[in-house]
Amino acid sequence: MAAVTTSTERSLNKLAIVGVLIITMIFLAPIYWIASTAFKPRNLATTIPPTVMFQPEISPFVKLFTKRSQLRTAPTPEQYAAAPWWERLVFDGGEKVVRSGRGEVQWSGYPSRFMNSLIVAITSTILAVGMGTFTAYGFSRFKIKGEQDLLFFILSTRMLPPVVVAIPMFLMYRVVGLNDTHWGLIILYTAFNLSFSVWLMKGFMDEIPKEYEEAALVDGYTRMEAFFKIVLPEAATGIAATAVFCFITAWNEYAFALIMTNRRAQTAPPFIPSQVGSGLSDWTVIAAGTFLFLLPVAIFTFLLRNHLLRGMSFGAIRK
Amino acid sequence: MTQIELRGVQKFFGAVQVIKDLNLKIDDNEFIVLLGQSGCGKTTTLRAIAGLETIDGGDVLIDGKPVQHLKAADRDIAMVFQSFSLYPHMSVYENIAFPLRAMRKSKAEIDGEVRSVAKVLQITDLLGKKPSALSGGDMQRVAIGRALVRRPKAMLMDEPIGALDAKLREEMRAEIKRLHIKQGSTTIYVTHDQIEAMSLADRIVIMHEGVLQQVGSPSDVYTHPANLFVAQFVGSPVMNVANAAVTMNGSGARVTVDGAAEGFLFPSELVGQLDAANVGQDRLALGIRPEGVMVSREAADGYLPVEAHIIEPLGSYDIVDLKVGAQMLRARTRSGFVGKPGVQVFAKLDPAQAHFFDTTSGNSLGVRL
Repeated sequence: MAAVTTSTERSLNKLAIVGVLIITMIFLAPIYWIASTAFKPRNLATTIPPTVMFQPEISPFVKLFTKRSQLRTAPTPEQYAAAPWWERLVFDGGEKVVRSGRGEVQWSGYPSRFMNSLIVAITSTILAVGMGTFTAYGFSRFKIKGEQDLLFFILSTRMLPPVVVAIPMFLMYRVVGLNDTHWGLIILYTAFNLSFSVWLMKGFMDEIPKEYEEAALVDGYTRMEAFFKIVLPEAATGIAATAVFCFITAWNEYAFALIMTNRRAQTAPPFIPSQVGSGLSDWTVIAAGTFLFLLPVAIFTFLLRNHLLRGMSFGAIRK
Repeated sequence: MTQIELRGVQKFFGAVQVIKDLNLKIDDNEFIVLLGQSGCGKTTTLRAIAGLETIDGGDVLIDGKPVQHLKAADRDIAMVFQSFSLYPHMSVYENIAFPLRAMRKSKAEIDGEVRSVAKVLQITDLLGKKPSALSGGDMQRVAIGRALVRRPKAMLMDEPIGALDAKLREEMRAEIKRLHIKQGSTTIYVTHDQIEAMSLADRIVIMHEGVLQQVGSPSDVYTHPANLFVAQFVGSPVMNVANAAVTMNGSGARVTVDGAAEGFLFPSELVGQLDAANVGQDRLALGIRPEGVMVSREAADGYLPVEAHIIEPLGSYDIVDLKVGAQMLRARTRSGFVGKPGVQVFAKLDPAQAHFFDTTSGNSLGVRL
């Protein structure tokens, strides 16, 4: 192929760049909206047309983390002067921070919900990817009776829309006492992600040549040692890609979290919208909660971006 | 000191028997080459010795002890794979050190042994590199290093240079031979390339469809093939094989190739030896390598007139197809000896290089003239 680009190729290239820019903007617009709203004063959050230029403030985050109620009367100057800087931000918004009898600030439900989300998503991801990796290795390396049927059965668990089984699951969970528990959600998300994890990992395992392990076997290692020393490092890319997908699914899950949990094990997704009616209907607080909620997935995905890219194009390229 | 013995080894893949009653004894320090076409069971045999494949019958003995129930790790055997199988996430150093770590050796010991093996293979400057940064030849050197470093009882090599290009293959062939002479360990080498087999082996084991055909030194296998398969598999260009009839004619025997008007002159002992073999004329085949067909430009005693058909100039020599009756006999001549296709030349067969086979069983009749 000649290294000369024709003028049609050049203009096609430009067109492609413009297309990519437009798509990127479409994807980033809601994120910009949430991020900007999270730093807006409350009175600017709902203006039409939207306010683009404003003095960013962190009052939405203060309100997000504290329990607060509407002010009936404006705070006295003494109260205002005695309040720490962050409490004044709440006063400015027409609300006050709720304190206990001993004057301690009461936390809102958000931090614990956020922790719940982390606990549930991380644990279920580890379980789903771990079990999926072992299962995929077994399917990939050993002759298993009815292998195709078993794999199809595993996949078939994804064929029903999950919400269809929400009510029976809810009743089952109530009987066995898994309602509103971390383990309840962890088991649910693990089961949900497992089929995906098995299938994706099977693809990656099939790509790792058998000879690597055989070489390790004749080099004096047991199959288990060969698995941990040779297969796992080789499968790192696949494991990372699978983990990202499982984590995102578990982190974002809304319907089951809403039905199965209400307080102790509630995750952030059902909690955030419930804040619309807490105190004033304050969209800046919702945006702040959503903004923080976006971060873990963004960080996780960013850290594993190289693996992820390979995971996405997996199967398209032969080594 | 390592001897390996296979006794009545059987192996099935489903209903297909890939190794049929294999018996083989390999001596200490011997370089054995398993030679055969792909699918003949040679690699399966190697893997069975390594412990990567279970066997369905018979015994695999290492130093007289049956090992067929031992895991690969417990057989103390090293293997070099065709695909090299270097661990991609480890450096060359780590690759070579890997078998030593399984033996739980100390850091200093490992370091010493890795470096000494690297020195022998002249790969010391590659130790820090990742396998992906190596050339094919260097990868194979590292793979051999990984196999040697443990000083295993035996080395198994599965087409170790099959994936390299022709020139590199020749280089590595010489290197493997040099290493074997220097290190001296019992080696079993699998290949489908008869030149590799001839140049490396102390003894060649030829397999076909899971059955051992012949075991012998390269020259033995070449000059005294046990059957038609070996005769035509070993040697390039391939041995001429033609149905033939033998008659007594005055002072000597005449061997007439299928459809030819006249027969080639052979010593009269041939008739006696064939009678002893007790094979009917209709089942008799003559085999002769191209260098056993002698060509003359002038008529001479014992030479028959034949027509040259195709001439393949191969540089150092020519291969000339001679039409004899219904058959083509390929002869090896000096370059340019036969001027052009279509000319008449004269041919004679060297009785010492002639082989006679039973076409039904394919076996050699063991005629030595």
